[in-house]
Amino acid sequence: MAQYVLRRLLAAIPTLFVVIAVAFMLIRFTPGGPFDEERVVPPDVERALIEAYNLDDPLVVQFFDYLGGLVRGDLGPSFRFEGRVGDLIVAALPYSLTIGLLAMLLALSVGIAVGSWAAIRKNSLLDRVVMAFAMTGISIPIFVIAPLLVLVFAVRLGWLPAAWSSSGGTAWLVLPVLALALPQIAYIARMTRASMIDVLASGYIRTARAQGLTTAEILRYHALKPAMLPVLSYLGPAIAAILTGSIVIETIFAIPGLGQLFVSGADARDYTLVLGVVAFYATLVMALNLVVDILYGFLDPRIRYR
Amino acid sequence: MRLLAGINRTVVVSGGILLAVTLASMVLPWLSPNDFATQDLDQRLAEPAARAMHWFGTDNVGRDLLVRSMQGIRVTLLVAIVASLVSLVIGVAWGAVAGYVGGRVDAFMMRAVDGLYAVPFLFFVILLMVVFDNSFLLIFVAIGAINWLDMARIVRGQTLSLREREFVKAARLMGVSTSGIILRHIAPNLLGVVIVYLTLTIPQAILVESFLSFLGLGVQEPSTSLGSLVDDGMQYVGTASWLILFPAALLAIILMCFNFLGDGLRDQLDVRQQE
Amino acid sequence: MTLLSVTDLSVRFSDALAVDGLSLQIESGEALGLVGESGSGKTQTALALMGLSPSNAIVTGSVRIDGNEIIDVDESAIRPLRAVRVGMVFQDPADALNPCLRIGDQLARILISHGLADAAAARRSAIEALARVGLPDPERQSRAWPHQLSGGMRQRAMIAAALIAKPDLLIADEPTTALDVTVQAQILALLDDIREDTALLLITHDMGVVAGHCQRMIVLDGGKPVEEGPVEAVYSAPEHPRTQALLAATRLKAAPPPLTDSVPALQAEQTTVAYGRRNRLEAVKSADLVVNIGETVAIVGESGCGKSTLAAALTGLVVPEAGRVVFMGQPLAADITDRPAAVRKGMQLIFQDPAGSLNPQMRVRDIVAEPLRVHAPGLSTTERRASVSAALADMGLDEQLEDRFPHELSGGQAQRVAIARALVLEPQVMVCDEAVAALDGTVRERILDALQAVQKKTGLSIVFISHDLGVVRAISHRVAVMYLGSFVEVGETSALFDAPRHPYTKALLDAVPIADPAAERPMVILGGEVPSPLSPPAGCAFHPRCAYAVDRCRSEEPEQRDVGGRQVACHRSEELEL
Ligand SMILES: Nc1ncnc2c1ncn2[C@@H]1O[C@H](COP(=O)(O)OP(=O)(O)OP(=O)(O)O)[C@@H](O)[C@H]1O
Ligand code: SF4
Ligand SMILES: [Mg+2]
Repeated sequence: MAQYVLRRLLAAIPTLFVVIAVAFMLIRFTPGGPFDEERVVPPDVERALIEAYNLDDPLVVQFFDYLGGLVRGDLGPSFRFEGRVGDLIVAALPYSLTIGLLAMLLALSVGIAVGSWAAIRKNSLLDRVVMAFAMTGISIPIFVIAPLLVLVFAVRLGWLPAAWSSSGGTAWLVLPVLALALPQIAYIARMTRASMIDVLASGYIRTARAQGLTTAEILRYHALKPAMLPVLSYLGPAIAAILTGSIVIETIFAIPGLGQLFVSGADARDYTLVLGVVAFYATLVMALNLVVDILYGFLDPRIRYR
Repeated sequence: MRLLAGINRTVVVSGGILLAVTLASMVLPWLSPNDFATQDLDQRLAEPAARAMHWFGTDNVGRDLLVRSMQGIRVTLLVAIVASLVSLVIGVAWGAVAGYVGGRVDAFMMRAVDGLYAVPFLFFVILLMVVFDNSFLLIFVAIGAINWLDMARIVRGQTLSLREREFVKAARLMGVSTSGIILRHIAPNLLGVVIVYLTLTIPQAILVESFLSFLGLGVQEPSTSLGSLVDDGMQYVGTASWLILFPAALLAIILMCFNFLGDGLRDQLDVRQQE
Repeated sequence: MTLLSVTDLSVRFSDALAVDGLSLQIESGEALGLVGESGSGKTQTALALMGLSPSNAIVTGSVRIDGNEIIDVDESAIRPLRAVRVGMVFQDPADALNPCLRIGDQLARILISHGLADAAAARRSAIEALARVGLPDPERQSRAWPHQLSGGMRQRAMIAAALIAKPDLLIADEPTTALDVTVQAQILALLDDIREDTALLLITHDMGVVAGHCQRMIVLDGGKPVEEGPVEAVYSAPEHPRTQALLAATRLKAAPPPLTDSVPALQAEQTTVAYGRRNRLEAVKSADLVVNIGETVAIVGESGCGKSTLAAALTGLVVPEAGRVVFMGQPLAADITDRPAAVRKGMQLIFQDPAGSLNPQMRVRDIVAEPLRVHAPGLSTTERRASVSAALADMGLDEQLEDRFPHELSGGQAQRVAIARALVLEPQVMVCDEAVAALDGTVRERILDALQAVQKKTGLSIVFISHDLGVVRAISHRVAVMYLGSFVEVGETSALFDAPRHPYTKALLDAVPIADPAAERPMVILGGEVPSPLSPPAGCAFHPRCAYAVDRCRSEEPEQRDVGGRQVACHRSEELEL
């Protein structure tokens, strides 16, 4: 087990290396350097800047300088914004982490509950209605859901704030988290329903009924774990979807999180910032995927780590 | 084609709606007196009305939203279908080779797919868009490059299990050549799955395209896509809500139809496989 | 005391009547057998007795457990009766245990759910229950996952689960059908053992299983009870044709006489097949086998002993590590793709799963015609069609089937199409790997008859792999017994069945249920299970289970020797009286 984790971690390193290398090269082939637009900088100042950032070293040298920094946890200075990239990410992270985590928790709890419930009442009217909603949910893009939520709850009803504001409170969280979670709720509910129906039709559920267990016991004790396996393997893609979704959500709701940092960095051609965020996201996604794989092994004893 | 025999209702209805929408997107702009690019500053933000055929109203520079929406559908569908075909070609080729050759080649090819799965691709696409200045062609490639991974996995799994199926072994025993086995025994049995996943890949591609367009990285003015239209409409959420409602609704309908179509086809295939 | 009383039970589905007017009673301590072919409504009866009928079934009549009616009452009224009054064992032990829960926890949960014990006490009871059904090392096995247990061990665990709440009655639905004969004998002996405290309703298709283990029996046909009475009476004077047919299916037929002249058609010489690199597993070890022209040679043995692997090596689907295959006097390349067309035409393989061996996208006509396209491309369309029709007709199939797709065929029809496809090339050798295992009694008879007819006509040689010793005896000239990848005894069928020379052959034969209630049953039942082929025992591989093992057997591997015209691999075969 420990060996498996170690091997997976080691295998992740080359992938991460390739990701960062490709991102680094892409950024460097961008037509237009970071200071192109603002020609107001006098030539000698620009020289100084380029020297400060080592921009005239050969690319390979720059790349390995950058990698060296990475290993030390230093993502370099930002070209466009005050401060170092690492600090910018650290400042933005709490916002993204909060809405991402809340959305994930909401999606899992509601999606699993609704999906199981629909499976138990398979083919009833309620099941059909719920599943029609779920189909709608996976068919409406997140950037359509978000404005609609704003339209209804912020503009028309005025119940909730339409955007983040520095004055705090937690009410601003509601709409972004909801918008981010809704499509995932729909996916997870559909998936749970399908796998729960399979599980409920299996021989061991029949055995459990013949043993006189109550429906509640059967669900909680016998059905839930095996029915969760497909849902668990969807967690990886779900995490990725929530990460990319948060770009849109943070833009729409003006939340100063990682997504917005990435978009403004890309807009401003802030090499180090964009690179830093991509490297950070790649590491995060890989780490989370590993966690999911390990969890899977706990739920399904038939998997053996080799 | 046997796949079409005894189709279920979901497939017929969703397929029918998709066909109708596609036809409308081609015919309506031609019937309408309006043009998707012509601005009419007297008619800015006109509400939906039958007058002057502005059935969906007009946008902030007085362009007819109906015609623009139809244009948007065409672009959206085109991007999605081409992107899906790209992912189909890469995915099927990759998956079939890995599955049929098996062994180390398979292990290596699938390791690569696993590795790519862990990469946050959309960030790369955004990066590409920024680097290459919103090239339209690039959208196809980028979306196709994201979506082929699933197709490859599915096709490989199918090929692998087909190769071990007894009818394939029987054909080998009989002396049927490798190309004969692939053509007569493997390919026809892959077809169903590939078609089903193709119909499920298209809505994925639409989502990515509209997502990029929404971020302002997709199709460039005056051409448009449903995603761009939603993006434009965002600014008028409170004041001219038709600008977001019509394109958003069309986008949702199209996505829903593709999802239902894929689901229906998959159910059909499952039934057949159980029989 | 009457434990279970059923009057006029019917189970109806929209398109079929699964159970039709069944009445029965079970007194405490009694064992009742319920026998019928597949599809005769046995499982639906069992489910209805527990109130477990599927939701689309309409159940009428009366079922009383200890006087409590369970038809048309609320589930909450039946629940306390399940497991506590009536325990149940299902057919497929692979599917009946939850793969995500430990064995002991699944057992303990039953007691906890019925409020019979707290968690700690329930765990202890679970271990006791596992011990009672003879599971080795119950303490450890209670912490095992289902996939870590063999089929026989899982079925024991299922019986332990059914008995843990000490019910008065056990309903067992085909409890041994998915198991090897040897394990079946163990499970049946276990069911006899527990009868001290528990009555038994034993549901099966096999009259042999009922004979030694029940007092009364009921025969079901199309959901209707057609014959009922004490087991002895029914066996000695069966009245209903269905009973007679079921009984006939268990009767051992005389083996065909040995062939007079022997010209080898197919030979395996010192063939060894191994799987895996790191965990090397020798599935077949230095096997020698000869099949003569016009001869049927059966390969028998417990599941996993390497029968299918040998079949694959003979046909070139797997490449052996050592040894060679000789076909019509000509040594063959190991891999199928390197074998000449004449060989690929001359040797065919029939698989166990009829549906899986036909391409679902092709019509029957094209399926049967495909080998002709490969090996006789010169044929005209009409000639090809004629050959196809003739091959199908040989297998008793109508021309109108030719337009169908495989999913429009029954299992028996599909298997006959597969055989027709093999026969259309007029092969010299046919390897049948459990070719009739998935089929019902009458269908099986017909296919075997057709095969034998072809053999008479063309001199076809058949390698017949089967775990069904009754079938083997009826059709094969010689039998080869396999244990852990090696042949332990090879000889002429009737001689080998009448007087086995190897203790394992003897044990296999003893394990076959005898369809005669009066017959004397062997006292010794082969214990334990096949050891893992990953780490086979030293010396004679059979020694851990052999009742005759001596010191020499534990260290020295027996050579195959000629003992009275038979090949036997046992140190003691001359001296033993088996
Ligand atoms: N592809 C494989 N890889 C590894 N081990 C295998 C493979 N196929 C079979 N085995 C192992 O080889 C041994 C022999 O298997 P085989 O399928 O030949 O048995 P069998 O006698 O036909 O059993 P059954 O009666 O269940 O069909 C078993 O231990 C099995 O687990
Ligand atoms: S060699 Fe020994 S252990 Fe093996 S079968 Fe003969 S007597 Fe039994
Ligand atoms: Mg086998």
